[in-house]
Order: sequence, then C-alpha cells, then structure tokens
Amino acid sequence: MGVFDRFQQKRELYASVRALGADPFAVRIERVLSPTEAIIDGRYTVLAGTNNYLGLTFDPACIEAANEATEAFGTGTTGSRIANGSYSTHQDLERTLADFYGRQHAMVFTTGYQANLGVISTIAGQDDILFLDTDCHASIYDASRLGQATVMRFRHNDPADLDRRLQRLADKPGNRIIVTEGIYSMLGDQAPLAELVAVKRRHGAYLVLDEAHSMGVLGATGRGLAEAVGVESDVDFIVGTFSKSLGAIGGFCVSDAPDFDIMRVVSRPYIFTASLPPAITASVTAALRTVAARPELRTRLWSNVNWLYDGLKHRGFELGPQKSPVVAVHLPDVLLGVQVWKALLEAGIYVNLALPPATPSGTALLRCSVCAVHDRDQLNKIIDTLTDIGYAFGLLSEQKTAAVA
Amino acid sequence: MSNQLDRQELFGEIVRLLEPFHKGTSPVTPELDISRDLNLDSLAVMDLMMAIEERFDISIPLNMVPEIQTVADLVTAIEKIRQGV
Repeated sequence: MGVFDRFQQKRELYASVRALGADPFAVRIERVLSPTEAIIDGRYTVLAGTNNYLGLTFDPACIEAANEATEAFGTGTTGSRIANGSYSTHQDLERTLADFYGRQHAMVFTTGYQANLGVISTIAGQDDILFLDTDCHASIYDASRLGQATVMRFRHNDPADLDRRLQRLADKPGNRIIVTEGIYSMLGDQAPLAELVAVKRRHGAYLVLDEAHSMGVLGATGRGLAEAVGVESDVDFIVGTFSKSLGAIGGFCVSDAPDFDIMRVVSRPYIFTASLPPAITASVTAALRTVAARPELRTRLWSNVNWLYDGLKHRGFELGPQKSPVVAVHLPDVLLGVQVWKALLEAGIYVNLALPPATPSGTALLRCSVCAVHDRDQLNKIIDTLTDIGYAFGLLSEQKTAAVA
Repeated sequence: MSNQLDRQELFGEIVRLLEPFHKGTSPVTPELDISRDLNLDSLAVMDLMMAIEERFDISIPLNMVPEIQTVADLVTAIEKIRQGV
C-alpha cells in the first residue's frame, strides 16, 4: 500500500477542481508591483487576497531596515536562538513589541503557526483543560494536539456555551485555558470578548487571544480587539503574527505572566527551529513604529472596508456577518466557487478561495481581504467584476439585488 | 434524562442523534464506522460530538475522538464518561 493511498478522497476532490481548468492552490505570482497589484499569468491583477491589511509590504522604512539588517548581519541566523544565540535584532523587536502592547514580556517565534504551537502546548499541561472556540485556526488545534492537556471545544462565539462547558467540568483539577481569536480569518467576525472575559473571570480561567487578523486593524493604537473592547488586562496571553498587518512573517506572544521567560527553555516550537532572519526582525520593528506613528492607515483601511462590504451587500451578495478587512462572499457549492474564483482571476482580480473543511460554513467562500492602500477604482473594479460574474453564474438575480436595494 | 439508560437504550438514543447526519438509507448498526460509513467529514464528526455532549450533559474531550470509530465505540465512550471512568 502506498503512503499516500489514504488521501484518495482528497485527490479526487482536487482533481475535480482542476478539471474546471483552475488550480486555486498553485497560483503563480510572477511580479509584485505594489501591495495591491501584481502580474499573474502575464496579466495585470488587482490583489484582494493578501491579508496585507495596512499595505506595509512596500513601506520604504521597512524595506530600508530590512536591507540594512541584511548588509550588517547577513541573510540568515542559520539556527535556533537557544543554540546559535539571539541577534540584537531579535531582542530589539521583542522590546519594541512589549512597549507597543504595554506588557512586561514579549517573545518572538519564527511563524504565527509556531507561536500558537509554542504558547498553547507549553502553558496547557497534562492536568489542564483547554477550551477552544470551534472556529479557531488550525494552528490552535494543532497546538492542542502537541500538548498533553484535555481539549474541549465551545460553540463559536457563544459565551453561554463556554460557561456551561466550564461548569460541567468544574470539579476537575487543573487550570482552565480559553482560546479565542480577535477576528476570525474565514468569515471576518469578531469574538464577543467582553462577554467571554466575564465567563473567564467567573471560572478563574486563563485567556489566550489570537490577534493575528486584528492587530493593526482594531483598537485606538492598533493593538487589536482587546484594546478596542477595553479588556486588555483580562487577556493573559496575546498571540499574533507579523505576516498580516506588519507585512512580513513571524509570530509573537506578549504577556504579563510571572516567569514568562521560562518559555524560552521549555517551549519546543521556539527551541527546535531556526530563528527569524535579520531582514525580517528589522522590517517588523520598523513596521510596528509605522503602525504606531500612522493611525490614518487604520482609518483608510476601515473606510475601504465600508466601501467594499456595503458595495457587495448592495449588489445582493451574501457576506460574512460583520464588517472587517476580511470580506467573505458565501458561495453555495464548491465547484461553483472554483468557477467564480477562476473567472475573477481571468478578469484580473485575485481573491482567496476557501473550501471546506477550512471554512466554518461547510461551503465555499470567496475571501476578499481589504488593504488600506486600495484605491476606490480598485475597489469598484472588484465590486463591478464580481457583480458581472455573479449574474453570469446565477449567484445574483434581479430579485436578489432588488431585495437589498 | 435518566441516568439509568442501559446500553440498548443508549444505542437507540445515539441512532436518533445520528439521524440528521445520516445521508444513506441503510440502518445504523453498532458496527457502523461513523466517519467512513456515514461519510462524515471531520467537521460533521465534531458537530455530532457536540450534539451528544448536550444530549447527555457530558464532556467528550477532543483527545478521545480518534479512538471512537464505530457506533459501538461511541456507546462505550459515553458509558465510560457517564460513569466517570
């Protein structure tokens, strides 16, 4: 028996997608012209599937910092921090992050995925119980498998369900650790954080909040949902990523937990992997300064979010429940989703196609991500093109449009 | 809900809870493989487990789910959890 035989069902699904003449999992971006434009298949394309919420990938200060760090420190660290040592750029970034969040401790990981793996698998021990929101990212589920804790789930964004589940296990020993996200990556909806915090307090639990998609996006200074809701002191661990608003790659955790630094010698996903290269740590440090210095980027982002969300809603599309830089368009079935995605790409618009089981709805989603530096012409092109394609594929009809007009 | 359900009654209850997930016409038997024979993906298995947790007011840790293959495994797991084993 071949080692890949058990993936037969996946192979058939993938083949049926490719049979439509599209491969959403193998898009080749030939040149990137700006945070919102690229050349794909030789075609000028507007990018709306990047998670590049603030458009900082071409920020001059970030590029300059990355270039200088490469010149000064070389292209890579060629090992882990525990073995090869920390570069001053790692420590500068950690200090900048701790200051940005007003926390005592900050720890940088090589990816956002590894930040969740490293934090959750370490803080949740054998006798502890993790409570994950059902819609949590794969990295949080994988983190819970890497550790030894008992793993429970609660219904998505349902504090009363979390409360019942905590109550059910109230007589068990061990810490309770709740994990939730600021903005959920597929539908763009936000956690009811004030209500979750009330439940957390009632049960004396710890709270881990993944702000991957909300950092730089929410809060008066861009610290995320906890800042926006005013509950930062109730969030014990904030986990996040540098690969969305900060335009690079890497993950982090900030906390005021006593003895936090022990993680550096016990967290396996931190210890047993190479550390971030100097160019990345330097550009992320510069990006954090830009986020702090230029709040107007967030204002422009939300103005664009309103424009795209309202525009698509007005044309009759069924969207995610809440406005956010992730604007998710529901599509009734997978194969139709692939066709619509392909038609959009051929019309010069790149968005993400999300298919089950990665989607909480169990249906296909066209996941558009909004950028602060999209201009109105680009957003209108997305709305108009998607509308034309929506009519062509029967997603929209005169009645649907009339119903919302 | 009585705590006195015997294995047969528990099986009957589970068959009832499986109904919304069961797309085929063949009857549910103890030997049935939940994900393969009912063609449930991992998300549907999770939804089923949550429905069972609510019906019996129990907690089924995610860690246990990989060991639950057949309907009989599920009945055994619920019995164990209800007995606090």
